[in-house]
Amino acid sequence: MSSDREKIFSAIRAALDPLPKRTAKPEWKRELIVCNPSGEFSSLKEQLADKLAFASSRYCDSFDQLAETLKAENSTFGYCDPELAPLFEKLDGITFETEYDVAKVNEYTFGITKASAAIAESGTIVLKDGDTSSRMGALTPWIHIAAIKESDIVATIPEAIDRFGDDPSIVFCTGPSKTADVEGILIEGVHGPGIQIGFILS
Amino acid sequence: MKSKQKIDLVARDLTNEVHEANFIGAKMKSERRYAALGRDYADPDKLRETAGLVKQHTLEHLDKYLEQAEASFERNGAKVHFAFDEDTAKKTVLNIMNEHGCKSMVKSKSMLTEELELLHYLEDQGKEVIETDLGEFILQIDNDHPSHIVTPIVHKNRRGIAKSFEREGLGDYNDDPETITRRARAHLRQKYLDADIGLTGANFVSAESGRIVLVTNEGNARFCMAANKVHIAIVGIEKIVPTDQDLGLFLNLIGRSGTGQQLTVYNQFIGGPKLKDQPNGPEHMHVIFVDNRRTEVLASDCREILRCIRCGACLNVCPIYRQSGGHAYRSVYPGPVGAVLSPLLAGNRFPELADLPKASSLCGACNEVCPVNIPIPDLLLRLRDKAKREGAKEAMKGTPNLAMWATMCSQPTMWKAALTMGHTMNHIPTQLIPHPSAMSWQGTRKLPKFEGGEFRKWFKNRK
Repeated sequence: MSSDREKIFSAIRAALDPLPKRTAKPEWKRELIVCNPSGEFSSLKEQLADKLAFASSRYCDSFDQLAETLKAENSTFGYCDPELAPLFEKLDGITFETEYDVAKVNEYTFGITKASAAIAESGTIVLKDGDTSSRMGALTPWIHIAAIKESDIVATIPEAIDRFGDDPSIVFCTGPSKTADVEGILIEGVHGPGIQIGFILS
Repeated sequence: MKSKQKIDLVARDLTNEVHEANFIGAKMKSERRYAALGRDYADPDKLRETAGLVKQHTLEHLDKYLEQAEASFERNGAKVHFAFDEDTAKKTVLNIMNEHGCKSMVKSKSMLTEELELLHYLEDQGKEVIETDLGEFILQIDNDHPSHIVTPIVHKNRRGIAKSFEREGLGDYNDDPETITRRARAHLRQKYLDADIGLTGANFVSAESGRIVLVTNEGNARFCMAANKVHIAIVGIEKIVPTDQDLGLFLNLIGRSGTGQQLTVYNQFIGGPKLKDQPNGPEHMHVIFVDNRRTEVLASDCREILRCIRCGACLNVCPIYRQSGGHAYRSVYPGPVGAVLSPLLAGNRFPELADLPKASSLCGACNEVCPVNIPIPDLLLRLRDKAKREGAKEAMKGTPNLAMWATMCSQPTMWKAALTMGHTMNHIPTQLIPHPSAMSWQGTRKLPKFEGGEFRKWFKNRK
């Protein structure tokens, strides 16, 4: 394999050596990629709620409302991060397990896991491996509830990237899993959640 | 139509159904792109230009950034491999599977694996391989090829898909797109769980942190990883960008340019095996950097094409692609980007695809929509020149011999005489000129009345 490495590097150098000059890296400021807010918001939380809805996710900050939503979706058994369990045990009529059992992949209808951050400008939920109790629990149930601490809402994508640290697997979730492969018709819930909820913990 | 160009023949023979699917699919995505970029940025061109420079800079310092990326991945605990050509790339994947005792693979969408025809190779070696992107899964069961980089089955309709699902035992005929999607969800879910290795491509690589970035809407790449213990990322060497912050620039462009989404649903940043306490996910990550003639493109005068981030915007906007569809390009990469990239990646098979750079009216729309500002029309002209110089037959088909014309244009006396003669054209029935290209041209148009030849006289006598 090392010979392939050498072949590639020497081919790159041979290709670049004749260039009379090389393009410099452009300096660009973060503001360049921050998008128009399309609305006026008094707080990041308010902006996040608006942008979650724009991305076809749902915003929620009340346990009672969450229990109602789950019941309305016929979703009363699921998975919950053990550290979040004490908070969500009070959901009326809802039960869950805190250890994800792959044999029950089709029985868990919701999954509750921690979000590491949320991005207000794009309505994005950020999941880091280090904060996620089970990747399967966050991915396979029809409904994913990401528990977001209000203090973890950031304004922009560059700020979310600042928080990457050395985590090996970060996922930006902007909306539910979707496809438009069949005749361009939008269908939600392909391999991942059909309903994505951002639940704000104040 | 008298054209002998292969792409024209394919376009002519498309059924109305397929033509309409291609045309509407492409047009719809183009309109969404304009809407999304215009809504979100006062000057979207500034983003495109910056992104183009970032990639051009990276390509022109690729030795440095590739080395940095390698070191970063190794620091993160991933194993890095290099494959100079197609054969080594395929063998590297096979060796990794064997080394970990893997028999069945679930994979997410990767144009590079299409280039390598990896799926058939692994199947021939006795491995099971399942495509998990809905569109790619349908292509796999139909033994078909993608016709678009982003929406691979844009040429198919729901009725055909429903028939394929019925044939494969995925339920009785039902052409409701939601039912089709639910059936694929249930079927593929079991495949993820039964597999023992997940393979993905990479949309971007950050050299600074050693992260690949995967951009999907369906979440299939997440599942390929979450359910398996080994992850292979197979990556073209041109996918690198310098830093994590640069990724923000590209992610804001790729979703808006491709499908009109502000961000694609899932942007995954994968830097290595899972954390120790995480119960699910890969314990091993292998990154394979593949050249497969990319360094040849880097050495050519068309190296700008390596900036491409595979968003498909140039396909959607292209008047030729809308008429011909993707299969007409006879190669992995269709549309304007494909008309440049495919002949270049073909190596000594260049003459076979040398007609593709002519599949353009040079209207420039591809350049205008490109998120990395690739001057595609310029590159097409350079490749037309290359094809001509190499005497590639495929590129000459249906092209009249212009030697007489060239002589006339380069001799002032002949040119003047011809202009004087021009008026006689108005008195003879031009449709009777027995020249094949003149007859073909006039088959659908009328030659306008000649009114030239007066300019020099006017210029001389002007006050």
